[in-house]
Amino acid sequence: MHSPANTPVYERVRRNPKFHELVRQRSRLALILSAVVLAGYYAFMMVVAFAPGLLHKPLSDDSSLSVGFPIGAAIIILSWLLTGVYSHFANGRFQDLTDEITRETLQ
Amino acid sequence: MIARRILLAGTAATLFALPALAAGDVGQLEKQPVNLSAIGMFIAFVVMTLGITYWAASRTRSTSDFYTAGGGITGFQNGLAIAGDYMSAATLLGLSSLVFAKGYDGFVYTISFFVGWPIILFLLAERLRNLGHFTFADIASYRLDQGKIRTFAAIGSLTVVCFYLIVQMVGAGQLIKLLFGLDYNVAVIVVGVLMVVYVTFGGMIATTWVQIIKAVLLLGGGILLAFLALSRFGFSLEAIARSAIASHKDGVKIMGPGTLLADPVSAVSLSLGLLFGTAALPHIMMRFFTVPNAREARKSVFYASGFIGFFFLIVCVLGMAAITIVGTDPQFFEGGKLIGGGNMPVMHLAKALGGDLFLGFLSAVAFATILAVVSGLALAGASAIAHDLYARVIRKGEATEREEMRVSKIASLVLGVLAVVLGIAFEKQNVAFLVGLTFGVAASVNFPVLILSMYWKGLTTRGALAGGIAGLISAVTLVILSNAVWVVVLNNPAPIFPYEQPALFSMTLAFIVTIIVSKLDSSALARAEREAFEDQFVRSQTGIGAAAAAKH
Repeated sequence: MHSPANTPVYERVRRNPKFHELVRQRSRLALILSAVVLAGYYAFMMVVAFAPGLLHKPLSDDSSLSVGFPIGAAIIILSWLLTGVYSHFANGRFQDLTDEITRETLQ
Repeated sequence: MIARRILLAGTAATLFALPALAAGDVGQLEKQPVNLSAIGMFIAFVVMTLGITYWAASRTRSTSDFYTAGGGITGFQNGLAIAGDYMSAATLLGLSSLVFAKGYDGFVYTISFFVGWPIILFLLAERLRNLGHFTFADIASYRLDQGKIRTFAAIGSLTVVCFYLIVQMVGAGQLIKLLFGLDYNVAVIVVGVLMVVYVTFGGMIATTWVQIIKAVLLLGGGILLAFLALSRFGFSLEAIARSAIASHKDGVKIMGPGTLLADPVSAVSLSLGLLFGTAALPHIMMRFFTVPNAREARKSVFYASGFIGFFFLIVCVLGMAAITIVGTDPQFFEGGKLIGGGNMPVMHLAKALGGDLFLGFLSAVAFATILAVVSGLALAGASAIAHDLYARVIRKGEATEREEMRVSKIASLVLGVLAVVLGIAFEKQNVAFLVGLTFGVAASVNFPVLILSMYWKGLTTRGALAGGIAGLISAVTLVILSNAVWVVVLNNPAPIFPYEQPALFSMTLAFIVTIIVSKLDSSALARAEREAFEDQFVRSQTGIGAAAAAKH
């Protein structure tokens, strides 16, 4: 399975400018989304550790639920929606681009 | 007042079981009377899954069928199966009981269990699918030394599989003693035998369908229970919260973070272990090879995280509702303690809301859950032995498909026997430390080599080996020095390593050692390995070459 270095097929892909465009755009999307999820989550964890009082505040004056619950639920729901965003682009535009590259390479 | 005192005792029991949450450890439990409706429903599940295994056996001809269901699972089906792998008995019982005992702190745990999924999709899923064939060792050894790295990766997988199998077997035994009223040994043997039957005859096709059926049952049961619970409170979360504050001994404090994760180092170490440990569990990674292409792999993570997130939110509602419904009902307490131990609130909730029949159903689902998870583990272990160690390392790719299949079936049989023997041997042990080890080893041994081999051109065989060994030794040592072994097993007064999860330290060390040793490696082999990255990179991004590779 050790592929010989610089197989011609892969060399052709590397010469295709579309490949570099694909890698650049898709990696940027993946990194931005990861950063959003991780930053959101670790910011939340730091509030839990250092300023728990913020999450204890009631939703409204006569409410028993604290603001912590909708915030926590939002972290779960929003990060799930971001997987939808990634899948939408990766399975749409980026997949088309990948298919194009594959077709041009294997011709 | 009585209810509040009762809750206090229940809390202590839950805290004791807390480090074990990630798996299925429920502690030492009293055997309960035989529960016929639960056993009946479990038998119905077994009959159905055996039928599926019979059908799957006729379709399992090649190694590709056996390890990856021939890549013929759709994104949606695979999403359900991944969700099934992740929604273990522990998430249903453990997370709900944590919310029951600690309120909001339990919710924070739940969130930590979830956030790894988007990261897996963004950074790993695509490349996993494009580079791997059957196992994670395929990826780790793609451009590195086949013999050394594949052996090391296979051993890493097997270590994780064995630790996790023991935890699940002990959990199954204890749970069944409690829920079905059967002997511990009977439960362990039943799980072992069924697991071997599913895996040897039905391979990945049967394992996946067992997982899908279980996921549907678990989701359905959870939704029904949440519906019944909400109906008690006029479908108002506000009413549940108000009533929970009135019933819980900590009162309004349960509405926000308490003491559980007050220490940021613990919180970060635990979350790193869960996040990256999950990503590097062999039976989870294996799921990315069962779909036909990267497109379906992405879809499956989208569906899986939707199901998991939804289920986790439901579990939290169940925990909050149980504070009132179970926590103030004396029938669920005996001598001030929750009957069956701290992990039982959701089971009691099922009995309170749906009677014995619903309790039986949920018990059967909990058992089915363990069965499905151990089958996935056994298959992952068998593929590490047969595909990595036997076919690739020992026979150097010369083994015929028939021979490899035979070895994989023998391997699953051996793993089954081993799981039963270890499950019985560990009956009286507190296996909480094995959970720390499972995730610690996965995050510190498997994860660094996996991510660096895909993302870092400079990785070399020497670096990967040195870093992996550093991760293994440090993770194991820190777990031994932590509370779960040093105090609970070895009876020392205080732990030397104060945190529950070693990942923050052992994973960091593994990365540092890997990078330094790789940088210092100036051998000719290292140069060739760095050069091979460019081709690997193209394939990991485009999947060109992956489709053909999956056929062998």
